[in-house]
Amino acid sequence: MAVVFEKTELLTDLPMHYCPGCTHGIIHRIVAEALDELGIGKTAVGVAPVGCAVFAYDYFNCDMMEAAHGRAPAVATGIKRVCPDKCVFTYQGDGDLASIGTAEIVHAATRGEKITAIFVNNAIYGMTGGQMAPTTLPGQVTTTSPNGRDVEHCGYPVPMCEMLATLSGSAYIQRVSVHDVKHVKAAKKAIKNAFAAQMENKGFTMIEVLSTCPTNWGLSPLEAVQWLKDNMIPAYPLGVFKGAEA
Amino acid sequence: MASVTVNEELCKGCGLCVDACPKNIMRLDSAKINQKGYHTAHCAEPENCIACAFCATMCPEVAITVEK
Ligand SMILES: Cc1ncc(C[n+]2csc(CCOP(=O)(O)OP(=O)(O)O)c2C)c(N)n1
Ligand code: SF4
Ligand code: SF4
Ligand code: SF4
Repeated sequence: MAVVFEKTELLTDLPMHYCPGCTHGIIHRIVAEALDELGIGKTAVGVAPVGCAVFAYDYFNCDMMEAAHGRAPAVATGIKRVCPDKCVFTYQGDGDLASIGTAEIVHAATRGEKITAIFVNNAIYGMTGGQMAPTTLPGQVTTTSPNGRDVEHCGYPVPMCEMLATLSGSAYIQRVSVHDVKHVKAAKKAIKNAFAAQMENKGFTMIEVLSTCPTNWGLSPLEAVQWLKDNMIPAYPLGVFKGAEA
Repeated sequence: MASVTVNEELCKGCGLCVDACPKNIMRLDSAKINQKGYHTAHCAEPENCIACAFCATMCPEVAITVEK
């Protein structure tokens, strides 16, 4: 028999610690496969965040570095400037990238750092128990917005792709989702495009991946992918915000 | 005829593979429990499997291998 699908060597054999049905695992796989298929996996360097993906350094079979909360783009900047030939990426949640690390991502993008940010937006702080994030939807119930996010009091969700696409230093910016097979395949293609643009020295690249947090959304894994589709995609439209699709 | 192998110790019984299968042949086994305490998934009708790997595409644990 011929192998149609097997785990990529760019992921380690360690069991992942994510909750059942959490789509962080799918995103790990497509990032690893994208690196592998572009032939840049062996020399790639990833930077792990603070958040549920904090142990990403154990799951990717390439060099990995851990950054302080939100500071992955700054760490990646240093690595890329010393090793300009390597593919350098960050893997960051929305609490990490769009809250405590806003300054780092904005300035990495505006400087046109030739790195790729994999931005996992699940509209909540997962690791710490489901608090409201800057990306939480209006009306969304979290442990710190028990009556739903009130925009009068807490402001509006931050559309990171739209925002960073306005900066001259950004080269490729796309928002994708992983709620079904078709979208997972499109998400992998987007990640490959971003890595390819980085290796062509085009500038800063980011792929925002809409992701689930069944545990803190209080939903089953299947309800969570449906909730993503019904609520997150209307609020965070999918598409290419900067650069040409390969 | 295809073969779908689930690494049972990695499976967390999330059911995303069951939902993704176009042939409706992935099942969670309510009689079986792995070391972590989850009901694991398996392909119940390998003779009807078309080796599309949709199940593996949605598996967050990368626990599924598909051969044909
Ligand atoms: C300097 C600092 N401030 C706050 C925290 C607490 N903290 C840990 S993870 C996290 C947010 C995680 O949310 P997100 O980045 O969205 O990732 P997720 O867990 O949802 O994948 C926070 C606030 C910390 N570890 N360090
Ligand atoms: S808390 Fe949420 S984001 Fe974190 S592993 Fe669990 S489901 Fe995933
Ligand atoms: S390979 Fe396709 S048909 Fe076979 S079990 Fe998986 S999803 Fe179903
Ligand atoms: S998708 Fe993976 S973890 Fe979830 S039930 Fe299927 S085999 Fe198990």
